[in-house]
Parts: sequence; C-alpha cells; structure tokens
Amino acid sequence: MRVLGLDIGSRSIDAVWLDGDRIVDWAVADSGHDPGSASAAFVERDAHDVIVATGYGRHVARERFGCAAVTEITAYGLGSAALFPEAASVLDIGGQDTKVISLGQAGRVVDFEMNDKCAAGTGKFLEVMARALGFSLEEMAAESRGAESGIAISSMCTVFAESEVTGLVHRGEDRSRIARGLHEAIAKCTLGSLKRVNARGPLVFAGGVAKNTAMVDLVSSGFAGEVLVPEEAQIVGAYGAALSVGRE
Amino acid sequence: MSDQAVDYHPMWDELGLDLPTHDALLEAVGQLFSDAYLTQENRPKGMDYLNFVMSEVHGLRIKELDDFRKTGGKVFGTFCLYVPEEIIRAAGAWSVGLCAGAEFAYDEVEQIMPRNTCALIKSFMGFKLARVCPYIESSDLVIGETTCDGKKKAYELLGELHDTWVMELPQMKRPEDIAMWKAEVRELVKKAEEITGNTITEESLRAAIKEVNDKRRALQRIAAASAADPAPISGKDRLLATQVAFYDDVPRFTQMMNALADELEARVAAGEGVAPRGAKRVLVTGTPMVLPNWKIHDIIEKVGAVVVGEEMCTGSRYYQDLVPEDGSTLDEMIDAVAEKYLDINCACFTPNKGRIDDVIRMAKDLGADGVIDLSLQFCGLYEMESHGVEEAVREAGLPVLKITTDYSMEDVGQLSTRVEAFLEML
Repeated sequence: MRVLGLDIGSRSIDAVWLDGDRIVDWAVADSGHDPGSASAAFVERDAHDVIVATGYGRHVARERFGCAAVTEITAYGLGSAALFPEAASVLDIGGQDTKVISLGQAGRVVDFEMNDKCAAGTGKFLEVMARALGFSLEEMAAESRGAESGIAISSMCTVFAESEVTGLVHRGEDRSRIARGLHEAIAKCTLGSLKRVNARGPLVFAGGVAKNTAMVDLVSSGFAGEVLVPEEAQIVGAYGAALSVGRE
Repeated sequence: MSDQAVDYHPMWDELGLDLPTHDALLEAVGQLFSDAYLTQENRPKGMDYLNFVMSEVHGLRIKELDDFRKTGGKVFGTFCLYVPEEIIRAAGAWSVGLCAGAEFAYDEVEQIMPRNTCALIKSFMGFKLARVCPYIESSDLVIGETTCDGKKKAYELLGELHDTWVMELPQMKRPEDIAMWKAEVRELVKKAEEITGNTITEESLRAAIKEVNDKRRALQRIAAASAADPAPISGKDRLLATQVAFYDDVPRFTQMMNALADELEARVAAGEGVAPRGAKRVLVTGTPMVLPNWKIHDIIEKVGAVVVGEEMCTGSRYYQDLVPEDGSTLDEMIDAVAEKYLDINCACFTPNKGRIDDVIRMAKDLGADGVIDLSLQFCGLYEMESHGVEEAVREAGLPVLKITTDYSMEDVGQLSTRVEAFLEML
C-alpha cells in the first residue's frame, strides 16, 4: 500500500510517500499564501492509496482531500521512533510551535507539552531575529557558533526581543554575540520544557529548527542524554503521519 | 425564539441595563450557543427545555424575578456553591447565580483591578460595570464569600456598586472551623430574615431542604446515567443542566430534569447514545465553568470524545451531597445545612484530599479513559492543587492533561491540538 503523509505547517508543507514502511520519495514546499494549492500539488504528484495529514492545516486537508488526520504530537512520536527505535523522547521545534514528547513503547506518546499562546522560541522567532540582525538563517546559526560568548537576551516575546535586538545593534554590540544570545535563550526555554515532561535520552531533535546547527549544539550540551538529529529533520512529521495508517 | 417574542427592552431599561451593549451581548451569547449546542446531533429531547431556558435566559426568567419582586419577594444573587440556597428559600426568597462566564468590559475592570485576576472575577465585575447582567440588577442583595483572596477583595469593590454581604468561609475543616461556619450560616439566617421580613421556621427550612435536595437528586440521576457507554448525553448538555440549576425556578427545573433523567435512563436501557460506543471518555476537573463558558467541553467534544463528568462547582460538587432531611428542630436543621456545605471539596481548603478522592472515584465510576484538569489562569488555588491531582490520577493508571486558560478564544487552536493529541494518546 502506498501512503502519502502530509505535514501542513505554518512555514512549510512536507510530504513523504511510503510504500509499506519504505520511504519512496519526499518533498518540501513553502506554505506561502495558498497552502491548499501547495498541498494539492503534492497530492496530484504521485500515485497513492491513502493520505494522512498532520500539522496546522490537517483539518482543512481532511475536508479537502477526504483523508485521515493526526496531530503533530502523534506524528512526530511515530516518525521519530521509526527512525530511531531507541528514542525515548522527541523535541520538535517548528515554524510556530514547540513540542516536547515523552515516548513509551513503539513511539507511543506518554506525555507531551507544547507552547500555548505564543510563538516565542520557534522557527518564526528565529526568522524575525535574523532579519533584525541582517543575517540569513544559515548565517545567523554560523555566526552564533563562531561567537565566544552570547549577550543575554531578556525577553522571549518575539516583538519585545526584536526591539531588544534592534537596541543592541544600535549600541554597536557584536551581531554574532547577539545571535548567540538569542540561540541560548531559546535553548534555555526548550531545556525547561524537556525537564517538565521528564524527557530522557536518547532525544530525537526534529522539525525545521533542527537544521539549525547552533541550536543542535546548545540543546545537545544542555541535555543530560544523547541527542539524535534525523538527516531530514523537517519531514519526520509527514513520515509519522504516513506511518499512522492502521495504527488505531 | 418565537416570532412574536415579547419585547423585554422596557423591563431591561427599568432594571437599569445598558440596552445597546446588552443587545450586543445577547446576540453574541446566542451565536455561541447555537455554534456549540445546536450543532450537536442526537440530543435528548429533554434538552428542548434547556434550549428554551437559554433562549429566555435574560427574558422570561428575569420577568419571573421581576414579578416576584413586585409582589414583595426578594432575590439574593450568589457567586459560589457555599452560599446555602436552603436558608435563602426558607426565608421565602429566591437565590440566583450571577453572570461571570464571559469576557466583558475588561477595559473598565482593569481600571480598578489588576490585569492578572482570574477570568471569573474580572467577568462579574465587567458585567456589573457595563450594566449587562439582569440577574445582579434583579438582586436585592449579593451574598459573597471568602473563598479566595481575589473574590474577597473584589467584593469590597462590588460593594461600592451594589448591596453586598460577605460570608466568611473557613480554610480548614477542624471542629472549631465547623463551629465558626455554623455561626456564619446563622448570621445568614438573620440577614435573610431581615431582608425578607419573614421568619425561617422548622417547616419552611424542612421544605426548602427537601426542595433543593430534590433538585440535586435529579442532577445526580443525570450524572449516573452518564456512566453508560455509549453516553446518553453529551458533556456539554449535562454541563448546561448544572449551569441552569443556579438560575432556574427550583420545582420546575427539578421536574424537567427528572423528565430528562427518565429519558436518559431509557436511552441507556436501549443502548442509545450521543457518541458511538467506545468513543473516548474524559472526566473534567477543576475550576467552575459559569454560563456561557462551554469552551473546553466544546473543544473536547468537537474532536470526537465525550465528557462523562465534571468534578467542579458546575458539576458534582454542586449536587453530590444532600442535606439530611431528618432534622427535628430548627437548630439541628441549620447545623445539618452548614455541615453539608462544609463537605464540599474546594481547593480553597487545606488539606483538600477529599477532592482528589472524588476525582479518582468519579473517573472509575464513569469509565473515564483520561482526565483533563482545568484551571482558570490566575486561580492560584486550583493551579497549585493541579500537581497533586495529576500525580494521583497517574497513580490510578490514567493519563491526565493539565490546561490553564481563560475565557478568551485566542488559544482555541492550540488547545484543540493539545486535546486532540491527548485523545490520540488514550
């Protein structure tokens, strides 16, 4: 059976085509202003028997394609456990939210936490800060890693942090050290969430922000157990959604 | 509801309501009600009565209060379970709950109260400041209680705008606390007699105890029927029944709820339900959900689960205990009323292990697959107690999801995802 897993997020749409348990193909597109059409393009691109949607747009997809839907929590749990059978917990930092999941047997979710009202410390936060610093996302991560120390950022609110960063830039502070400070602030928040759900290693760090090597370094050094980063961290949700078929 | 609906504007005007704002409020609540309630399928027929009550919640019911007051009757407005309805009724007065379940006029409230105040308190003050709650405007006296610091101080502010009288509730349940509470209830007896000009007698208190017990018994039957799988009634509908219990005419409400319970029992016998057999079952515990706050129940049931019980003030805490009906003297009966009320397990007491026992027992009796523990943000008492609830529920082998929220709709998307993920986990 061929299954298409779609993870319709706030920043990107990720697709994985499975044949049985084997990944046949995968793709990533920007959500843009018309995520419906972007999803439809994936649906039309290749043959499949079943579609499962996850992410922010899962309910819209369910109506549009008449498909099944699972939450990102369940999807990331399954996807991470399939990639790393030894995984005991998952951290997913996406475009608009952060989830930490504690796993039981076979990728089953035992406990989880996600941010509720605000997008502090997510991919969107990093995008806004990169713009305020005049870096691309890749540059900001590289600069952060190169800095010897970070400048402490006191606000985790995207709007206030942006003002703070602008203030620091105007004062002539080193942009690399500001970038480092921003990454440290997010890592601190994230490690706090991991502690609250009692997350144990090995921890799978997935989602778009796991492609940011500065974040991976900081989370790895602050977390008590091993941190595993999938090669394609962004498609773990789509992969997990596809794997959810027949699990109910 | 009907086309030739009575125009209540003159009555509202006479009560001093701000008419344009009140019209806007009614429209918003009507919309909220139809989105949350009228979209449900396979509802019990007995819910027609509650639909009707909701359509007339600021209309016909207020007219009844108005007529009652015009013939010399007195209405007491209350915010909390601990104010004994039996005493109020024994004095020939009526007790009504007050508006506190929707975000209203926060901009005005925040001029006199800190922003970091729980939604319930901000809401009742908002309704009063904006003059849109016909229940408080129909109340000859508001009776408050010292169940938390926020309310305690809020009643001082409310007291500047409306006749308000506060009962002191102890924070522990030792013999000396019970003695103190009995004295407080006796103060209420005096106050009720003073306001109404009536004397509370053995006969009147005995009748009031019986009447209010009957109301609670009817709600107990609805709660008991909810243990069946498939559930014969949605959590939202059962919640509405408890919410309306605070406002409606007691004998009529009891009769209608017994009819609803008959129907539910017949549904259970026939294996009929509002959700398919095997649908995920959730027990909700925590802070009260005052009319028209249906937010969490709506989220849970819209993602396909069914709420099978509420361990909350708008739930089991309201109806699970009865006042013994065998008191022979007035004093015995007043003591019995006081003791029953002090049995309620609210987080304002320390210790409060009874609540945790209630949660575990209800989860088992109702066949819950998981528990959602809800706190209104800035309700320090329930937020603090949440950890103990979580540990006990886990120990009993059930998963638990903790939610802290308020009356705003800004977090509905995120909450839905959390609730959905929690249900997938069960």
